[in-house]
Amino acid sequence: MNTLRRAWRDLAQYPSAVAGLAIIAALVGLSLYTLITIPYAEAIRLWRGGEDVWYENPKNAQPVWTNWLPGPDQPETRVLKSADGTAVKTSRVVSGTTDIAITFAFDYTADGFPQELAVYFTSRFAAKQPYVSLTWHTPDGRAIRLGDFSIRPSQTYRLSQDEKLTRRLHGLPAERGLFAAPAEAGAERAALTPLTGRYELRVSGLTFEADSDLDAEFVLYGQVHGLAGTDHRRRDLMVALLWGTPIALAFGLLAALGTTVITVIIAAVGAWFGGWVDGLIQRLTEVNLILPFLPILIMVGTLYNRSLWLMLGVSILLSIFGGAIKGYRAIFLQVKEAPYLEAARTYGAGSGRIIFLYLIPRIVPILIPQLVSVIPTFVFLEASLAVLGLGDPVLPTWGKLIDDARANGALFQGQYYWVLEPSALLMLTGLAFAMVGFALDRVFNPKLRGL
Amino acid sequence: MCGDGGTEGVRESEAPMTHAARPVPASAAPAAPAAGASTLARLARYTLIKTVALFLTVVVGVYLTILIANMGGHVDEIRRGQIQEQVSALLTTPQFQALAKEVRDQRIAELVRLQEERLGLNQPFLLRSVAYLGDALTLNLGRAENMTSDTGSRQVRLIILERLPSTLLLFATANLANFFLSLLLGLSLSRQYGSWLDKAIIALSPTSAAPGWFFGIFLILIFAALLGVLPFGGMVAAPPPESPVLYGLSLAEHLALPVAALILSTLFGAVYAYRTFFLIYSSEDYVEMARAKGLTAQQIEQRYILRPTLPTILTNFALTLITVWQGAIILETVFNWPGLGRLFFRAIGLYDTPVIVGSTVLYAYLLALTVFILDFIYALVDPRVRIGGEGRPA
Repeated sequence: MNTLRRAWRDLAQYPSAVAGLAIIAALVGLSLYTLITIPYAEAIRLWRGGEDVWYENPKNAQPVWTNWLPGPDQPETRVLKSADGTAVKTSRVVSGTTDIAITFAFDYTADGFPQELAVYFTSRFAAKQPYVSLTWHTPDGRAIRLGDFSIRPSQTYRLSQDEKLTRRLHGLPAERGLFAAPAEAGAERAALTPLTGRYELRVSGLTFEADSDLDAEFVLYGQVHGLAGTDHRRRDLMVALLWGTPIALAFGLLAALGTTVITVIIAAVGAWFGGWVDGLIQRLTEVNLILPFLPILIMVGTLYNRSLWLMLGVSILLSIFGGAIKGYRAIFLQVKEAPYLEAARTYGAGSGRIIFLYLIPRIVPILIPQLVSVIPTFVFLEASLAVLGLGDPVLPTWGKLIDDARANGALFQGQYYWVLEPSALLMLTGLAFAMVGFALDRVFNPKLRGL
Repeated sequence: MCGDGGTEGVRESEAPMTHAARPVPASAAPAAPAAGASTLARLARYTLIKTVALFLTVVVGVYLTILIANMGGHVDEIRRGQIQEQVSALLTTPQFQALAKEVRDQRIAELVRLQEERLGLNQPFLLRSVAYLGDALTLNLGRAENMTSDTGSRQVRLIILERLPSTLLLFATANLANFFLSLLLGLSLSRQYGSWLDKAIIALSPTSAAPGWFFGIFLILIFAALLGVLPFGGMVAAPPPESPVLYGLSLAEHLALPVAALILSTLFGAVYAYRTFFLIYSSEDYVEMARAKGLTAQQIEQRYILRPTLPTILTNFALTLITVWQGAIILETVFNWPGLGRLFFRAIGLYDTPVIVGSTVLYAYLLALTVFILDFIYALVDPRVRIGGEGRPA
């Protein structure tokens, strides 16, 4: 205990170790926060969800903080609903039919154009479909007719995909044509700038039955979204960034702990019993050296199952008979001859007692730095597997984000945030453990002190 | 150690490099002088035992790979299904449809049987796995099931040989550069220990926790996407330039980023390890003694520091050479480099067992050979390690 306390005091003298510990503490805190706010089932529902979950998000939107950098500001997503009062809805009964007017009004201040525009209708009727017509009112007082149609119980009108509208807007898609200042409407497309001010989208609907009703939701898809941005399936990257934290920590810690502890026990058993046990362990280590590690992991992933926990098990299994056994064994062979072990034997201590109480504790000072330093390799291993498309099939992880980004050409299309965010977290985690392990190595290894 | 961008570190931690930073285990130094006459006989016996042991190791390793690559026989089911499907697809012609049902079924069964016989699927898996093992060990790598070389051959040997040059080019360049750079830098840092450069390397060494592909992505982002000065990936420009000079330039241009990624991912950690390693050795009593005798710094370095550390350096060099052969699956994927790593990955995806086993066998043999040669080199360079002595310091 005293040794550990002293080690702790020594460790505090390394600024890098303190920084590393602070980062690890922050990551653990983030993991706890994630596990509490987004439970496992919810995370999977969100990450596996399609348009039904994420329809209000833009595709491949940059994170909001890109607006804080110098340069033109991009619009954020606006969602206005008649059902929850973010839009004004009035209805008036006129001779059997009901006039429903829904007005979506919003201020537009961004320097860039939105990504897409869509109106989601929901209606209730028995036989006769309600009928709507939409008009767009710009800040400078122009009114543009968008379209009129009857609607089904649930219907989506994507302004950006309405070709008739595009033609009316001189060939400009709705998200540009409806916002561009009029004088420039026919001019150079690259130079178009949006008109800022108050826009209105007016929906006037008619229902033909007594208890028929109509609601609409207008979504202006921005170019930036949330603190993390979104991917090609409109998913908020924040979900994966948050959930990647506990997974990376759990995978790294469990794999490092499992590997190190089992390796040490095996080495101690071999050194203590000697003879054929030792021989067998030595031969297994040599066989294991020839088995290619990553290829076997890939084979297991491709041929059997891609579950993260199976991968964890196989990684541990393949690592326990690693070269480290030889190093530990050499130390144990030395310790085996120590007088205190002879004393233990004379008082009749069993093999189990000797191995776990007399041999293994001797090696703990070497073990701790090794354990911490090996964590980053396993954290990166999970990411590596994901980059090969062998990530866990359901769980969102950092590696899977990088894989998605690569597979969808994020680097070619300038969506750097998609790669940079998970990479930064990976690097931070790896660095934190590496720095702590590094300092621990010096604290526990007197030979290295002062070097 | 297994030479993979992703797992480099996992095995790295077991590689002698880690050892390097620690005192050499005392068990490696049982210095019992051998009696001159029996040395030759002992050497022969030792060589034989060592060869047999290593061969058995290779056999077990390769057999395990065969079992895993065949999913313990499950791949056969997949292949049978594929044959059924292929045959049925083959026989949808109108003439065939016109045949009576019994004749048709008979015909299908016959074709499936022939195909299974051709692939040897009619024999039990256990029997076949032993046959595979024999073939693999005699380097009779056979024919691929789904893959072909770019020249259209199905010979596994040709498929592997075709990819070998590109892997060798990339990894030989990167690993040799890495090895010599880290050795020389480590040595020079151990001389000027405490300087700002030394401190900078120490501060940078934790970055070696990240694998090569990780740095690769950043390098692509900076040099290919943002600056646009280097290509995103591939090995030469398409179409390949006609003149050899331009071809070489294009190759170098494509080589720059992957090599840089590989170097970035290992250099700082390796330099740090070597530097610490040399520093530990330069504080040994016999070095102090040599200093007291008034030897020059160069003499001390060569005779008292490099000499005892030679086994470790040689191990590292040998392991460097092994990784050259294997390529790196992920780095090659990220950079679209047509090497062995990508071949292996594709082979697994296509369940092409002969190719998987072929690459593994090649690797196993090379590794065993290296271990074997290392054992003898140790004896040559390190008088403390006597052949037949207990334990190797690796």
